[in-house]
Amino acid sequence: MSKPKGFEKPVGVRDYLPHAVSRLRWIEHKVLDCMQRWGYEQIITPTMEFYDTVGVASATSDQRLFKLLNQRGTTIVLRSDMTAPIARVVGSLLKDQPFPIRLSYHGNVFRAFEEEAGRDAEFFQTGVELIGDPSPEADAEVIALAIASLKAAGVHSFKVAVGHVGFLNALFEESLPGQSHVQQELKDCLLQRDHVGYRHILRSLPLDEGLRDELEDILRLRGGQEVCEQALAMSRSQRARAALQHLCEIWDVLSAYGVQDHVLIDLTMIGDFSYYTGMTFEGYAANLGFPLASGGRYDNLLAQFGRPAPATGFAIKTTRVLEVMEEEPPEREKTLILYTPDRRVEALAEAEKLREAGKIAVTESVPDPAALDAWLGEWERQGRQVFTHRGVRYHERIVFGSRKGGAAR
Amino acid sequence: MTELLKVAMPKGRIYKQASQLFRAAGLAIPEDLDDSRRLIIPAPEAGLEFIMAKPVDIPTYVEYGVADIGVVGKDVMMEEGKDVYELLDLGIARCRMSVIALPDWKPVIHPRVATKYPKVASQYFRERGQQVEVIKLNGSIELAPLIGLADRIVDMVETGQTLRENGLVELEVMFQITSRLIANRVSYRLKNEAIQALCDRLAKVIPAPKGD
Repeated sequence: MSKPKGFEKPVGVRDYLPHAVSRLRWIEHKVLDCMQRWGYEQIITPTMEFYDTVGVASATSDQRLFKLLNQRGTTIVLRSDMTAPIARVVGSLLKDQPFPIRLSYHGNVFRAFEEEAGRDAEFFQTGVELIGDPSPEADAEVIALAIASLKAAGVHSFKVAVGHVGFLNALFEESLPGQSHVQQELKDCLLQRDHVGYRHILRSLPLDEGLRDELEDILRLRGGQEVCEQALAMSRSQRARAALQHLCEIWDVLSAYGVQDHVLIDLTMIGDFSYYTGMTFEGYAANLGFPLASGGRYDNLLAQFGRPAPATGFAIKTTRVLEVMEEEPPEREKTLILYTPDRRVEALAEAEKLREAGKIAVTESVPDPAALDAWLGEWERQGRQVFTHRGVRYHERIVFGSRKGGAAR
Repeated sequence: MTELLKVAMPKGRIYKQASQLFRAAGLAIPEDLDDSRRLIIPAPEAGLEFIMAKPVDIPTYVEYGVADIGVVGKDVMMEEGKDVYELLDLGIARCRMSVIALPDWKPVIHPRVATKYPKVASQYFRERGQQVEVIKLNGSIELAPLIGLADRIVDMVETGQTLRENGLVELEVMFQITSRLIANRVSYRLKNEAIQALCDRLAKVIPAPKGD
């Protein structure tokens, strides 16, 4: 590659200009505040972690981890999510804190260079982890909190699809006993969303017709609570039934939260099988081609950090919320204070007064009263309450040093 | 008014067969979509809106969600590797992706393979333990072995007519290819009823594979 030009930056990373930052900060504030009101306390962990600990434990595949070497030649990763670092903290610094532990976070995470937009190399995530509670109540709590968080962030038309890894695992185990590579192929097809390949494999297997139809029909298992009942009717295995029961209970709790309108059950909704162990979910907004939030139960992760515990959580991709938020953060009013040097003390005192009252004040010194008058004339020509000065919008102006004397507004 | 389902349709070869299939399924598609210069064509009676696109771009439109669903060849799906749902094998535009060479082809020391599908070709040869140099071309792939740019090519074969005319032979068939119905991840959930209904209608009229 040729030497980059001065304005270039690596593929997949972004600059956020003030307008975007104010929206991003507003979302972050609203969402973290919502999480805090549910009892989740915010935690900050480092950007860099060891590959051999957090890197290996994370749900991100190896080739998508952003790896560096430190001076000693140890492999370091830029965190690819916040879940593995939090598991490390819960297994070490917080090892004496009793369960359940409720933590929230907001931070930037990294994925090794992706070539196209929609897949950033660095993006923001805001999320929670609920650690030490295996119950459907806990799963429903994080789903309900995800819904509340999206609403707090100003997203109103969205759906959350909930599935359960345990159901498919058990169903395949039951239907195709001992054929673990076939099970794996079927799961890979579902993971790659390849329904054609899934049906193709099923049709190539010597299965009886009833079973094949059943396995094909799971591609259609989605909807409300009735889906759980349909699936219960077709599975005999203990583990599949237990998974479905768990899902039914989650649905009941979500109904009690009153959020079931936002939820649909989808038994083909599966996260990464090697990482998630139970319920998984994704949040989708209208007019955005990519999921907005994702989460699920991961009961095996904490053991890798020496404190085995069930855990469940989710992350919102904050940078995507920017694209679909239906509310604008309230604009803070800005005051411009213009003064001639002889009135500096008064002008700066006025600015200080405004800032103490929580307002935004910008000061500018002009050489003489004539220059002041020129600006006043310019603003009058703009003829609006809100005016623009040197490219910035102001709601109010205070002038010290006009020929007319005194503070003129 | 319900929102129209946005369907990305391939211009060119696949279009005719795809539109026949849609019509056979009782979906009122305007006849002359392919000839018209318009790129966005609503068909409100069918609840659809067609976006006419170059076939290789269709997975991209669908991945980004600017089209809810799309019709695209499995060859393009394999090459583009986009994160979309592959819902239905439409059984149309049936052909195969093959390794092709001159009849007297023998293994060479530095094998070169010319193709429109560099990712698929690299992976195919890698999986067979062959190290080949893959050369990406955009058209007239058959030319490459004739003028010595590559000793083999990877390309789509429908009837084999072009190969015969250029004195080339199929060394091996890599994949059977048909067109697929694909869907965006979000649309698949949020507009599931409409997409599922369309799938069901299409599934009933998909041509059965010819026995060979």
